[in-house]
Amino acid sequence: MTLRLRLLLAFALLTIVTAAAVAGAGYVRARDAIVQRAQDNAVIETTNRVEQLYPLPTRAVDTSVLERVAARVSGREGSALAYGNGFAAGGMPPSVITAELRALVSTGRVGWQRVSYSDGVWLVVGMQLRTSSGGPSGIEVYVLRPFTSEIAFVEELARNAWLIGGAVLVLALGLGFLAARGVLRPVRELQLAAWQLGQGDLSARVPVRGRDELASVASTFNSTASSLEHHVGELRRMEADARRFVADVSHELRTPLAAMTAVTDVLDAETASLPGVAGQAARLVNRETLNLTRLVNDLIEVTRFDSGTAALALDDVDVAEVVRTCLRMRGFSDVSASLPDGVRARLDPRRVDVIVANLVGNALRHGAPPVSLVLSVTGSSLVIEVADSGPGLPSEVLPHVFARFYKADSSRGRSEGSGLGLAIAWENARLHGGTLVAANRPGGGALFTLRLPLGGGV
Amino acid sequence: MPRVLLIEDDEAVREGLSLALTYQGHTVDAVRTGEEGLELLGSVTPDVVVLDLMLPGVDGFEVCRRIRAGGDLPIIMLTARNDDIDVVAGLEAGADDYVAKPAQARVLEARIRAVLRRSTASVAEVVAERHGDLTIDREGLVVTRFGRPVSLAPTELRLLLELSSSPGRVMSRQQLLSSVWDQGYLGDSRLVDACVQRLRSKIEDDPAAPVYVQTVRGFGYRFGPL
Repeated sequence: MTLRLRLLLAFALLTIVTAAAVAGAGYVRARDAIVQRAQDNAVIETTNRVEQLYPLPTRAVDTSVLERVAARVSGREGSALAYGNGFAAGGMPPSVITAELRALVSTGRVGWQRVSYSDGVWLVVGMQLRTSSGGPSGIEVYVLRPFTSEIAFVEELARNAWLIGGAVLVLALGLGFLAARGVLRPVRELQLAAWQLGQGDLSARVPVRGRDELASVASTFNSTASSLEHHVGELRRMEADARRFVADVSHELRTPLAAMTAVTDVLDAETASLPGVAGQAARLVNRETLNLTRLVNDLIEVTRFDSGTAALALDDVDVAEVVRTCLRMRGFSDVSASLPDGVRARLDPRRVDVIVANLVGNALRHGAPPVSLVLSVTGSSLVIEVADSGPGLPSEVLPHVFARFYKADSSRGRSEGSGLGLAIAWENARLHGGTLVAANRPGGGALFTLRLPLGGGV
Repeated sequence: MPRVLLIEDDEAVREGLSLALTYQGHTVDAVRTGEEGLELLGSVTPDVVVLDLMLPGVDGFEVCRRIRAGGDLPIIMLTARNDDIDVVAGLEAGADDYVAKPAQARVLEARIRAVLRRSTASVAEVVAERHGDLTIDREGLVVTRFGRPVSLAPTELRLLLELSSSPGRVMSRQQLLSSVWDQGYLGDSRLVDACVQRLRSKIEDDPAAPVYVQTVRGFGYRFGPL
């Protein structure tokens, strides 16, 4: 149940209870007072009329006496009935007088009772007549008076109570709605801001209104977001600085390397004529110049991925042809390749070449032959699986296999590549909108799976 | 051996490349700036220009455009390693090929040889072919349009000769890189795309709706059908 619904229900319940208590109690009291007064008036009036009969004739009570009494006490609106000495007389139907009332009146007290009679509510008042000396006269007189106007008044009272109660309920629901909105708006703002924060928009803040609990939640949220933004910004700045430093260093290294690399071929050709040690030294310089060049090139490539300047040069190619060229030109002959013809894809062949060369080179270096490469198509992706038959990747290496400069064996020399090869392969797959995943085969051996969209991805 | 004009601002790189190219037997004119290079072109006639893109003063792109405006001299640009924007801009400015620094001399040497190579198409027919408004003389290496000679850079000419040697046949970019640019390895397809754009602007009535050099989506390019 939403907070809004709960608030509205609470308001409604509160209103109903309050209105019922106030209006109900008022109604009951008013009704009782009205009815009581009407009854009292009726009783007093009847009593007055009866008193006008005094003194009563002392002769024996007979029908004519009773008729005279009944005629005297029945007012304009009512009718009356008189009992006495076993006779009864008057215009009032005896059936409206209940046995209880008669029993009450026979004890000498004044009794009254509301009754339903001919589509309305009537009041029956009954009493004994007394002689002037105060003794009982043996005559009971009952008067039937209309009570409808009082009842109508009470009913209107009840109707008004219901109307007012309903109006108050509507008003209360309206107020409840406004109150819920007032409470819920900051909550909604908080929710939105928290969501934005989660989406990485660290500048998300909420307005702080007033000094209530919600305002304090909002200001806590704001200060948390601020400090988060500050820390993340600091980290990002540091990371950006580090990356820029690597990029700058790589670029600075490139120019002298370009000069050195240019002359390696000259040196290579001349080392044969250099005497012994000088020739060895020249070959060493040459070899390491090329190694250094490769490392710097890889570093620059990585910085280009980081800065987002790496771009695809897409071409429509036969994938089998690209892979075959890669294997042939790199001299990977110990690979059993399954390359079905007719797999056409839009990709950057030179980047795919880098990926395949890294995967196969890695399998040949770290795994054990035979190394297999299988090209297939799954849905709208091409899949290249490179598997070796070595021991596979240790479980502690597996999560880091694409990390930069990660060396599974710290004692291993650096001659096996820049340490960036698989990282670059992974970035190249990602640049294509594809994936590169490392795993171990159930039967042993590492399995690298490259998936690239056929249509050029991105 | 060919004469090379090398325009490179870094002294060590300039010296290294000069050494290596001279060692290969080239005659090398090495200068520091684009202005010097352009000035030198007035007095010497090199066979190929090797041009660094990052130059003080007039930059490599501008030098490239000016050389192109003046003739069909083959241009190989030296770019920072895989700097894609530079590569594309340089090719659009009219460079025939590019080599990323740092590069071994043999790589540059291979590119120079490739741009200087004469037509690869085997010359079977001696008579100039007619293709619509184009006339292609494979022997004299002259292309005319409405009877007037069209000035084509070496790679543009070779691309046109290659494509028109078998009209209607689709050739992939990698095939064209291999036959026109002499790249035995997986090449940069942007070389082909940029060259096709330049070629179209010279021989097509409407380069946006080409008739001679048509794109076949998903495969490559073909000549015609007219």
